[in-house]
Amino acid sequence: MTPLQRVQEKFQSQIVETHAFRGDETVVVRPGALREIAKFLKEDPQMDFNYLMDLTAVDYLFFAGGRIQKEPRFEVVYHFYSLTHNHRLRVKVPVDEKDPQVDTLTDLWASANWYEREVWDMYGIRFKGHPNLKRILMYEEFKGHALRKDYPFNKRQPLIGPVY
Amino acid sequence: MSFLSSASNFFTSKLDDALGWARKYSIFQYPFVTACCGMEYMSTAAGHYDVDRFGAGFPRFSPRQSDVLFVVGTINHKMAPVLRTVYDQMCEPKWVVAFGVCTCTGGFYDNYATVMGIDTIIPVDIYIPGCPPRPENVLDGLMKLQDKIQKGEQSRTLYDPRTKTGRPAHLLEGYSIQQHIREREALS
Amino acid sequence: MLLNVGPSHPAMHGVIRLIMELEGEKIHNVEVEIGYLHRAFEKMCETVTYTQCFPYTDRLNYVSPLINNVGFAMTVEKLLGIDIPERAKYIRVLMSEISRVTDHLTCIGASAMELGAMSAFLYMIKAREFLYELVEEITGARLTISYVRIGGVKADLTAGFADRAFQKIADVRKVLIETDELLTHNRIFFDRMKGTGKISAQDAVSHGITGPFLRGSGVAYDVRKANPYLIYDRLDFEVPTGTDGDNLDRYFVRMAEMEQSLRMIEQCLQQIPDGPIAGDLTGEVITAAHMVDSAKMGETEGLLQDQVDLDPTLQGSTRKYSQGINTDRKDVALPPKEETYGNIEGLMNHFKLVMYGHGIHPPVGEAYVPVEGANGELGFYIVSDGRDHPWRVRVHPPCFPIMSALPKLLAGDMMADLIPTFGSVNMIAGELDR
Repeated sequence: MTPLQRVQEKFQSQIVETHAFRGDETVVVRPGALREIAKFLKEDPQMDFNYLMDLTAVDYLFFAGGRIQKEPRFEVVYHFYSLTHNHRLRVKVPVDEKDPQVDTLTDLWASANWYEREVWDMYGIRFKGHPNLKRILMYEEFKGHALRKDYPFNKRQPLIGPVY
Repeated sequence: MSFLSSASNFFTSKLDDALGWARKYSIFQYPFVTACCGMEYMSTAAGHYDVDRFGAGFPRFSPRQSDVLFVVGTINHKMAPVLRTVYDQMCEPKWVVAFGVCTCTGGFYDNYATVMGIDTIIPVDIYIPGCPPRPENVLDGLMKLQDKIQKGEQSRTLYDPRTKTGRPAHLLEGYSIQQHIREREALS
Repeated sequence: MLLNVGPSHPAMHGVIRLIMELEGEKIHNVEVEIGYLHRAFEKMCETVTYTQCFPYTDRLNYVSPLINNVGFAMTVEKLLGIDIPERAKYIRVLMSEISRVTDHLTCIGASAMELGAMSAFLYMIKAREFLYELVEEITGARLTISYVRIGGVKADLTAGFADRAFQKIADVRKVLIETDELLTHNRIFFDRMKGTGKISAQDAVSHGITGPFLRGSGVAYDVRKANPYLIYDRLDFEVPTGTDGDNLDRYFVRMAEMEQSLRMIEQCLQQIPDGPIAGDLTGEVITAAHMVDSAKMGETEGLLQDQVDLDPTLQGSTRKYSQGINTDRKDVALPPKEETYGNIEGLMNHFKLVMYGHGIHPPVGEAYVPVEGANGELGFYIVSDGRDHPWRVRVHPPCFPIMSALPKLLAGDMMADLIPTFGSVNMIAGELDR
């Protein structure tokens, strides 16, 4: 059974949607079930996802020029990889813009630490239980979250030098 | 222009030339390497396109001991105060080379993170464009810098992007982030 | 005592700030601060078209730019669901392996220089120059090449490339042997690298580390063997691994990988299918201006078979070469110049791909493609909304997890062990901060 089928069978009620576009198995889960599913992915011997390969977020404000409405606004995307079974899975968690919070995964995979800091820096999504949530790529005095779609790409906030 | 300028004194003008000659053939550079241009800097400094034959082959990794600041690679707003500090720590006479187009004008990184040209924060003497510039370009720029050193000229102006003119360099102390936010809000 | 190894430091790897807590000479803890080369790659990619993203991807891992290009192109091709011709696949693999060798040469050369071995640095940069000459011959630039296109590559290999490549590979092998003699049995180098910067396999996997760093700890994970992409399943190569996970093992892994990459380049050059299509083209060879003029005047007899004689720098855009290195999907790859100049359909095809607002439109969806970069698994995750600009481009940088594991690598070591460890991390700031 593929990882996607196993997750579907076990967590039927927590899953919002699944797809396998171009062969990448993806499952969209509810935010409350994230830690449970992540623990299952790590500890179950048939899944054995020992790599949290990537953790990022996507902002769907005004997606496709407004033709496609995607609610809620953000989605946190996790890419998992298993060294022993050589299979991959993508898990997506939809996050609301009014209260952008997700559970942290730092105690399960040590790589999550810096990835979650980067998502906080670029998108403003908080991670509950993260030991050290501060900016990693931008400087502390920067106001706003740079990769959000409503932050213009050339709005500058210099520390020294002229503003233009 | 020259440090001891009195045209009637034959000995003084020869001293200028001698000083300029000595300075231009023993450049102690501070390679402020950040990005991809650093690879071409390494190529220029290594055996194929030797920069040691110009006398500039010994990088001094301390700003107190160097006289030319090679700013190699993109400078972003997080790095800009560091660059200003390093420039302020260098002793006179000092020159600055903007190596690569990201330092000259910002390159194609016209975004929230990049300083569009380091001449807005430190005065620049030689601009070497290219992304990254070929080692031959770098050596050409170095020779132009040597001409400048021989004449004893130094740049003292910053570039003001709002009026697109040079303005005299002032030490950017007391320029706080609050003032920046106020200025930016006034502009928009 | 707190010691700040500031953003601008002599190590040639890139800008990073390390705040070290020292007790005498021993390191207690290191706090790593990155972001000093954040150039907003992901934001810029959202503002330009897919083909215009390639120069930005070059500057991610700037010592091996072709691998980034190939990764991005493969992700967009996966989104589109297209396949590229065999010859283009071989050329991409060939150029990726050349880039991998330049990356390892720079890494070992720079870390040797920081330990004091200046000659090793000069030899490795000389070997890198040989490879840059090869790259320049095909792509036109030494470092930031923007060579790969969606659906193929920009230009074909030049005539006689194989002979020159074999010659240069032999030269690089000589340099590798010289450097091996200089460094491997050198008492000082050996003592400084052995036992420093240790990381166990479990810690490395938990931190998400891949690439030569992981292989130095004994885990033989290589994307080229686990999920073979392009034509790696037809090449015969080994994946070297270490045992202890210290700096010396990573040095050996990188040296061995260079040899394997050189072997792969030789195999590619022997196996590559023939490029320019011979025989089918019967028309006469005319210049592009002549073709445009006769088409405008209405003298179109024989124009469909004629071949255009272009400047050598535009090689790859004529019919003879284009079909070997570009996919035949008209909505993705630019048409050959005979079509563009000779008939109106070709001209319209060209305009529809180049004009603002038109261009490559992948379907709505997302794709993640992992590629074996020089530092580890380089993954591109692209979300497309059906328009000509990407909606989100995410790069998984291989040295990001390694830098997050730096406190664990350095805890308990002496302060002087920072230099070989940091050298073997091979942090490329362009990739780390994007």
